Amino acid sequence: MNSEIIFGDVSKFYGEVLGVNRVSLSLPPGITSLVGPNGSGKTTLMNLMTGLIRPTRGSVSVMGLNPGDAYEFFRAVGYCTQFDSFPRGITGWDFVYDGLRLHGMNHKQAADLTVEALTRVNLGEAAHRKIAGYSKGMRQKVRLAQSIAHHPTVLVLDEPLNGLDPMARAESLALFHELGKQGMHVVISSHVLEEVDRISDRVVMMTGGYVIAVGNIHQVRQEVREKPMQILVRCAHPEVLASKIFELDHCVEAKLHADGAGVFVRTRDVDQFYTVINRIVSEGTVKIEAISPADDDASAIYQYLIGSDGGTA
Amino acid sequence: MSADQIISSKTSLLQRPWRLWFAQIRSIVVLETRRNLLSWRSWWVYFLAFAPACIILLHALFDHGRGRMDEDTLVLAGIFQFYYLRLGIFFGCLGIAMRLIRGEMVERSLHYYLLAPVQREVLLVAKFFAGAVRSVVLFGGAVLASFLLMYAPYGSAGQQFISSDAGRLHLYAYLGITVLACMGYCSIFLLFSMLMKNPTPAALVLMGFEFISSILPPFIQRFSVAANLRHLLPVSIPAEGIFNLLTVTTEPVPVWLAVLGVLVLTAGILAVSCYRMRRLEISYTTE
Repeated sequence: MNSEIIFGDVSKFYGEVLGVNRVSLSLPPGITSLVGPNGSGKTTLMNLMTGLIRPTRGSVSVMGLNPGDAYEFFRAVGYCTQFDSFPRGITGWDFVYDGLRLHGMNHKQAADLTVEALTRVNLGEAAHRKIAGYSKGMRQKVRLAQSIAHHPTVLVLDEPLNGLDPMARAESLALFHELGKQGMHVVISSHVLEEVDRISDRVVMMTGGYVIAVGNIHQVRQEVREKPMQILVRCAHPEVLASKIFELDHCVEAKLHADGAGVFVRTRDVDQFYTVINRIVSEGTVKIEAISPADDDASAIYQYLIGSDGGTA
Repeated sequence: MSADQIISSKTSLLQRPWRLWFAQIRSIVVLETRRNLLSWRSWWVYFLAFAPACIILLHALFDHGRGRMDEDTLVLAGIFQFYYLRLGIFFGCLGIAMRLIRGEMVERSLHYYLLAPVQREVLLVAKFFAGAVRSVVLFGGAVLASFLLMYAPYGSAGQQFISSDAGRLHLYAYLGITVLACMGYCSIFLLFSMLMKNPTPAALVLMGFEFISSILPPFIQRFSVAANLRHLLPVSIPAEGIFNLLTVTTEPVPVWLAVLGVLVLTAGILAVSCYRMRRLEISYTTE
């Protein structure tokens, strides 16, 4: 069986409004983050993946399955949407349990999996209260519980960290990380780039309905060649290093770190820069403690590609 | 179609997961009934169903002994034919069926069903049965209550009539017509609610059609729930006075044909609804 999620030249238009356009993707198992500003097409892509909407053009296949075969498809797929709404008057327990009964499970199987899922998201105690009385974070958790309760192999999470407190965010990220390590597909859309960046195997960057970059975060950074790469050099005398760096043609900026123990360098030629740094080290002019890329993360790349701050989007 | 093709399609039908589908339909009907059978939001449906029973109860309590049983049999027939069949069940089913799909879209909770491992056609049929069960329980219960309350004041004579062949025939006919009417109207309004955001104007047009259906050509009458069910009524209302306007004598149709007519109509509408359901997309922002 095909293990990938494949978008084949998919476009979706809502009347004359563009949802996504000409998206061709092939996502292997692991954690994939969809990153982009509001209206960039992340939710449309997730809804297409799960059959809630149909492509205007192209095709979507999830591990060779099609949402038209609902029984096979939704046994393999769990989708935690960002619609913050529930059937009226329902408790957290009933919400998860009722969903499992639709899988054709008997009472015991459904009840066992309900307990397991609610415990996994730390919602065991509030399970028998009505969802209408839940906080936003609890509602997010119960949706997550419902989407993982049947042990899917593909988990699609639309803004799953919204409304969660820092502790719950950390727990959720740990859970996603664990599921990703188990070989599942975990597709996450989020605006909190620093957090998803840490656990993602790859990112899909989107804007205006188009996919603009795909791949491992470091690969994507390498592809953004027109933007000078920023490197932080930790050293004892940063002002000395900065003066030497100004002599290099490919370095466009050198800025002292706020703590006075390092310098940020922007260079158009990383390889050349490292050669020069090696020479400086061997000359003994400046004692260098550490060198690390300063903009090799999703937030910086998001800023370069999309032109806004991903962390605050 | 060749013999091989017939065998192949039969085998294909047998290989379908019927047991799973029945189990899923049962689960959804139970779930929907548990969630919606008693709900404050539906007070007006309960009112539609039980208002005549309440009036008959008041009549039994305060107007006891002034009427005759055969007159009350005609009154009951009139209440059933002109109120329940033309108004109560019609609008009750409209309210109930609108909630099944459209209501869940408005409340943004339909996607939970669409993300479950349930074929959309199975979901549609289950939703239909959930609506039909709810309306049958309410209106069947109301009709039963009206029937019993109408004859209760007559004491042993009333009891004797209810347990007689004629009385039981009346009761079974009223309940059977209620079931068929609920099925027919639920299927129509379920489709309406999938075709348009506000099905009420279309429902009013349908009401006009149902009202005049008995004077339309026989072929067109086959598409009317009320026209089919008229042939099953156990008591004919004499066309006198105001009833002259509401009563049209038509060529009699065998009971089996009338029942089959409603069932075929219901099945046909459900088939169209299944097609719509398969193409349904979730776009809550446009609701």
